[in-house]
Amino acid sequence: MRARPRPALPSRRGLLLGGAALSATAALSACTSNESNDSDDSTQPAAQPASDKAGKPVTIGFAGPQADHGWLNAINEQAKNRAKTYSDVTLEITEGSNDTAQQIGQIETLINKKVDVLIILPADGKALTQVGLKAMRAGIPVINLDRVFNSPQAYRTWIGGDNYGMGLNAGHYIGEQLKDVRNAKVVELAGMDNLELTRQRTQGFDDALKNYPNIKKVARQAAEFTVESGQAKMAQLLQAESKFDALWNHDDDQGVGAERAIAQAGRKEFLMVGGAGSRRAMDAIKADNTVLKATVLYPPTMAASAIDLARALGQGKGVGGLAELEIPSSITLYSAVVTKDNVDDYLSTGFR
Amino acid sequence: MSTGNSREPVTGVMLRKQPPPTPAQPPPPGGSVSTVLRVLDVRNLTLLAVLAALVAVGGFTEPDQFLSTDNLTLVLTQSSVIGVVTVGMTFVITSGGIDLSVGAIVALSTVWATTVATQEYGAGGILFCAVAVGVGCGLVNGLLIAYGRMVPFIATLAMLASARGLALLISDGKTQVVDSKTVLELGYEESYILGVPPLVLIFAGVTVLGWLLLKRTTFGRRTVAVGGNAEAARLAGIDVRRHRLYLYLLSGLCCGIAAFMLIVMTGSGQNTNGNLYELDAIAAAIIGGTLLSGGRGTITGSVLGVLIFTTITNIFALNNLQSDAQQIAKGAIIVAAVLVQRRPSGTTET
Repeated sequence: MRARPRPALPSRRGLLLGGAALSATAALSACTSNESNDSDDSTQPAAQPASDKAGKPVTIGFAGPQADHGWLNAINEQAKNRAKTYSDVTLEITEGSNDTAQQIGQIETLINKKVDVLIILPADGKALTQVGLKAMRAGIPVINLDRVFNSPQAYRTWIGGDNYGMGLNAGHYIGEQLKDVRNAKVVELAGMDNLELTRQRTQGFDDALKNYPNIKKVARQAAEFTVESGQAKMAQLLQAESKFDALWNHDDDQGVGAERAIAQAGRKEFLMVGGAGSRRAMDAIKADNTVLKATVLYPPTMAASAIDLARALGQGKGVGGLAELEIPSSITLYSAVVTKDNVDDYLSTGFR
Repeated sequence: MSTGNSREPVTGVMLRKQPPPTPAQPPPPGGSVSTVLRVLDVRNLTLLAVLAALVAVGGFTEPDQFLSTDNLTLVLTQSSVIGVVTVGMTFVITSGGIDLSVGAIVALSTVWATTVATQEYGAGGILFCAVAVGVGCGLVNGLLIAYGRMVPFIATLAMLASARGLALLISDGKTQVVDSKTVLELGYEESYILGVPPLVLIFAGVTVLGWLLLKRTTFGRRTVAVGGNAEAARLAGIDVRRHRLYLYLLSGLCCGIAAFMLIVMTGSGQNTNGNLYELDAIAAAIIGGTLLSGGRGTITGSVLGVLIFTTITNIFALNNLQSDAQQIAKGAIIVAAVLVQRRPSGTTET
């Protein structure tokens, strides 16, 4: 940690009610920095594509939602860092927004700027279908990232994660771990229930568990992807179930709160599986000193792959490794299970 | 009263026959029960009944889990953060104002108090920073409303937006994990005092202080007076503006304390913290019997309101019911509690 000049102590007079608040604000302004000298790069590109020699210059427009969550943050960073590795790519990235109208406005600006390819991660896929169609009509190929548009006409290629598969793989991993446990009990801490992806994850999880007749899911509560809700809902689950064998938590961000609740309750009789794949979760899995034994990926590297696809589209090329002349119209990523055995391979993709 | 006027004895007698206007509340029935009733305020009895009914439901559906001391501790702990916010909110609403920014202030305080730079100063730094940011935001709210003559709804809405924005800016959307052992240990069983978590003790302390402040001090009576009729309060010699400033400072202070408690609870700071606290706190205060238009407020009622909401969540979780059902029940309870409460007060006042 860098040494900082100590803020001057407020004078005795300044300690009076109003003055204290003001001087506190001044002193605190030195405390807003979040920098640490822990600078190992978490967003190393995994592998270079076949055609990494500079080709025709391509301008890529990128519009995503507000990065108010670890995973979305990683999406932006992955896209930016990947674009930097290509000398022929110029990235036009918009200020993220969760407001549909605002995001539409930003995308229309990118269309007017006549970018060569558009990458859109909509805040709400259905609501942004129209502007996707508009871009396609204007002759700009659209790469739809993760949250899918209503109509396949609104995008050239869709690339995204597999929520159902995430639940499926989490269920299979837990099933294999508890294969020999009689009457095993499993608990699920889901994400926001009003999102379709949460329902898909739960569906996949339930379907996988059906293969293991000795396992029963005894409780499920939905948190809101926030640390606070993760702590609150997990505390309730721990109270409701005095003993269980495994826990699947949909999201590593809310997992910070869930693990806090588990530590506060002093419980460690079960194994925990996370979701999404944050760097913190991976470090914990590697250290192997908490209940967290695995996490199921929802890889943010999809944004880097989207840059690759956009570049290939802009240069009129295909992607290497497949016999196809054209880029596929949809690519669903695999939700790998990261455990202590393979965590080193995935550490670089873990997001903060 | 025209007691000295003997020229019109008929009207004088008529006037005397009118019941004296001062005692608004019915005379207490007497005995030790009456003192309890006076402390709780009659309106709170209906809330207690609701809470008792919930406890009965919980005890009936999940007898082993629900009635355990562990679970009682859990319900109180989970009420503590929003409870402290609600105490501050009760003062503001009683004075006829509103504070929509509480959730955002809590979020900003947790984020600011858990940055790498703040954490260098240890647990004391985190506590100081959380409280100072809360008070600072409250000061801005208070100055805008009292001296900038802005409508509380608008001023605190602006604070809501900007505090959330600032929290996002500082945290960059990332979860900031707390390293301080002292802070983290406050959440563990080792630091319980006589089996009571420190967070619950803080909640209890804030509640008692709030109750005393509202019921037993000039400050409290002024708050009610400002909420009942600000102009009359001003003519009676109350510095209404300065008093309003103090109220928003108080709400900010409560948010700061709550933020520190939330840091202890979650071991982290995040810009999504305190989501919709403003609505939870307002709802708890309203079902507690505080008038949204001001002039009446009870800390006991607000705290009961908070406990009712947490108990519902707890019972639903124990019975493995999902959030959709929880939200519907929450809405129904708000309507039911307000309707039930209106009966007794309606009959005595009109």
